[in-house]
Amino acid sequence: MATEITVGIAGAAGDGLDRTGDTLARTAARLGLHVYTYNSYQSLIRGGHTWLRLRLSERKVDNHGDHLSVLIALNQDGIERHAREVEPGGAIVFNGARFTCDPSLVPEGVHLVPLPVPQLTAPLGKLLPVMQNTAALGALLHLVGFDLEVTAEILHETFKKKGPEIIAQNLGVLRAGHEHAARHAPSLGYAWSFSRRPRPVVTGNLMTALGAVAGGLKFYSAYPMSPASFVLHWLAAHSEKVGVLVKQAEDELAVVNLAIGAGHAGVRSMCATSGGGFALMTEAIGMAGMIETPVVIVNVQRGGPSTGLPTKTEQGDLNQAIGASQGDYPRVVIAPSDATDCFHTSVEALNLAEAFQLPVIVISDLLLGEHRSTVDPEAIPCEVPIERGEWVRELSPDEASNGGFKRYALTPSGVSPRARPGTPGCMHVSGTDDHDEKGILISDEHTNPAIRRKMHEKRMRKMEAVRARLQPPALEGVADAEVTLVGWGSTASVIGEAAEQLTAAGLPANQLHFKYMHPFHGAEAAAILKQCKRSIVVENNFSGQFARHLRAESGFNVQHVLTRYDGEPFEPAWIARRVRDLVAGRAIDLAVEEHEAREMAYHHIRIYMQDRARPRRIERAARTGYGEPVWVVELVSRADAAPEGMLVIGMETGSNYGWHAVSPRLLIDPSAGMPAPAAGATAPLGQPLR
Amino acid sequence: MATVELTLKSLDSDVHPDWCPGCGDFGVLKSIKEAILELGIAPHRVLIVSGIGCSSNLPGFIRAYGVHSLHGRALPVATGAALANHDLHVIAVGGDGDGYGIGMAHFIHAMRRNLNLTYIVMDNEIYGLTTGQTSPTTTEGHKTKSTPRGNVEKPIQPLALALASGATYVARGFSGEQKHLTRLTAGAIAHRGFSLIDVFSPCVTFNNVNTYPFFKQRVYKLEEEPGYDAADFMGAMGKAIEFGARIPIGLLYRLQKPTYEDTEPVLLNGPLVDQPLGLDAKKLGELLAETM
Repeated sequence: MATEITVGIAGAAGDGLDRTGDTLARTAARLGLHVYTYNSYQSLIRGGHTWLRLRLSERKVDNHGDHLSVLIALNQDGIERHAREVEPGGAIVFNGARFTCDPSLVPEGVHLVPLPVPQLTAPLGKLLPVMQNTAALGALLHLVGFDLEVTAEILHETFKKKGPEIIAQNLGVLRAGHEHAARHAPSLGYAWSFSRRPRPVVTGNLMTALGAVAGGLKFYSAYPMSPASFVLHWLAAHSEKVGVLVKQAEDELAVVNLAIGAGHAGVRSMCATSGGGFALMTEAIGMAGMIETPVVIVNVQRGGPSTGLPTKTEQGDLNQAIGASQGDYPRVVIAPSDATDCFHTSVEALNLAEAFQLPVIVISDLLLGEHRSTVDPEAIPCEVPIERGEWVRELSPDEASNGGFKRYALTPSGVSPRARPGTPGCMHVSGTDDHDEKGILISDEHTNPAIRRKMHEKRMRKMEAVRARLQPPALEGVADAEVTLVGWGSTASVIGEAAEQLTAAGLPANQLHFKYMHPFHGAEAAAILKQCKRSIVVENNFSGQFARHLRAESGFNVQHVLTRYDGEPFEPAWIARRVRDLVAGRAIDLAVEEHEAREMAYHHIRIYMQDRARPRRIERAARTGYGEPVWVVELVSRADAAPEGMLVIGMETGSNYGWHAVSPRLLIDPSAGMPAPAAGATAPLGQPLR
Repeated sequence: MATVELTLKSLDSDVHPDWCPGCGDFGVLKSIKEAILELGIAPHRVLIVSGIGCSSNLPGFIRAYGVHSLHGRALPVATGAALANHDLHVIAVGGDGDGYGIGMAHFIHAMRRNLNLTYIVMDNEIYGLTTGQTSPTTTEGHKTKSTPRGNVEKPIQPLALALASGATYVARGFSGEQKHLTRLTAGAIAHRGFSLIDVFSPCVTFNNVNTYPFFKQRVYKLEEEPGYDAADFMGAMGKAIEFGARIPIGLLYRLQKPTYEDTEPVLLNGPLVDQPLGLDAKKLGELLAETM
């Protein structure tokens, strides 16, 4: 069994959580461990609640898993929200001079490690508040048995530019935290075997950019949009080094048209955005299909619809990618499955775009784009195939004597050799109206149904050749499984791990994962799925977009569709639990769960109570006057635990029924049920009855 | 391959223009051809990018490279192409609806960049291809199919916008003064930086207000205006908004300054389209090392 831990760091935006997480991730990666991090954050520059989990393992891990071994809480809120999730044998580390941990929140067997940060750092002079993070990191290194010197080396490099004094301070705090923990807390007893073979710690977005550069990208345009902006930032920062012209434009309409203009002029071009920006781009994507110009568009999906969930993940844009733009035109839609795959998908996308002269849409998502994970350096080669397709360097004598260059020659393959503007003799116009072989419009008064038919068939013919090049899907995992989990894109790892868990628990499960959305391996998919006993599509959207696509393309209808659409990614146990329900014939329970009632209470507290309270006990009441069972959430003051009222949340609808005066008897005896809200018994939200 | 002698005729494409007889766009087409000829530019080094509308059919009528793109998107497509290969002479063309309506954001931002790009707007103050609705430059009170009681919106001032946005060659032409327009066009193509020519190009079918006689009675040439100085920004601003009994045509403003291409470090190594592709092992190693 591979040794692994999951460290959670909770705080607010501005607490320096990213830097701390980064240092820890690099430490583990230099020790030779595999790293996967998931950061659940909000669209805020300061404040809010940010929850970073780092899964550090001796084996390859590509999801954040189900566990929490150590919590580092950078604020009071972080302790209150996550202390109860720490597993026995684990620990909670926090600045004991600023925060307290209510013992009732701490599960049995969990070690509390409050750090007297001012005492520890007193000899080091006046320090910034974020230095508490470094002390906590030092303590963590002791707890989990990591090498202090590796982290010290990373901090040394990180602060090199800031001078010896800052380096000395950081190292001093790190060591002080470490020593304090070594004196006052046990080692948690992990027996690591460190290979000390360092691995790069990357994101999917970085790999998308790096793969594109390796694959010959020369032009990148973008408009800032989470979660795709990192591609812009990285390419802009490395523009000269990698020889890519990077242009931020006024909107996504400009972005995609810039990329198409560049692609038309003969360079490999790409742009990236998220769903909203992609929606603006769609008309031009159809243009690329019509004028047969290569371009790569990356959609790093986030929660939709509309502005939706700017910092949360979803796989909700499949319909949009496949259905982008009016009319039929050849296009390729690829959904990479992990960071390494993002690298190779960029290369493949650029090659397909140029070889077949069409737009290629890559659909990644926030989870894949932004999470950090280690990759094996040998899986990231500098030598990748670059396939530029068919080009005409000069006009053939045949064409010269026969009316000139046929840019859209009706060929058996559907691919017509193109001439880059600037090529003598091959002048032509690429028109978005339908056109003949030379590009002359056949629309308006010259409309010609016969030419239209053959030109349309020529363009669409490219799709068969594309499909023939793409790797069809294959079953992974145990043979002859009771249940086959079907997914696409970024969920490959988490679904695979869920299948392992199910198999280990006695329900043999395997996995069928799809990368190529369009063109689709419909026949191959049907052939596989018909042999499976029971198939369940697992995807990160509401309506089961992939299940519908699979049915449309293969004629195969899966037995169940398991969807998640709360903005959070799947965890293996989340999937496994619901798969067991489905297999047992139980419908998925959509009632508000206890932890969800707590989240709803936090929302209420933030908006109406200026964060002065926190939820304490949460009880269920079945017989109520609300027409549904409810959660009763007891709120207490953050300052002194004094009662702050209670919140009633409908278990079925999730409706916030508002504030009530505290009724301790009721909270102790939920079976008594809730009284119907009589006139005057409730107060407007945020104004507790006193 | 044999060199074809460059003549006006040799710049004709296979397609005869499908514009209405008398359309102002004929004059613009002829001026572009004459300017290319005058400047001695090989036609394969010219890329003409248009949007959608009657005037956007222009690339199809000239033997050069062309992209007949989407409504409003001529400038971003042209910009992408110009950045990818700055050895090309990239000319964007289109109408007032295309450039000042649906493409307005691109118009402003393209000028801010001072790319080496020429933009010729065939401004007929009407939507012609869609059979006569109000356009961004339709004058107040003008009755069109979509404004049967008369247009109530103030028309766009494209030249004033161009000056305010940083265009470095700002001119106005009139199809009815075709030789004059050729001089402006040649000047625009030769200019290093963003050049705009707003051309009064009358729609003989759907605009019975802004007709040839309407402009003939009003236009006067700036170069014949004593003391007019195209280097004077505020003076140009005054002329840009003059639209009444007298309407100026000619070069309003010109400024020599570095173009976007001059200041983009990646382009200092030559046109992007000729630069090497991919990464070597050393660079890849350095980029990955940043993450470790």
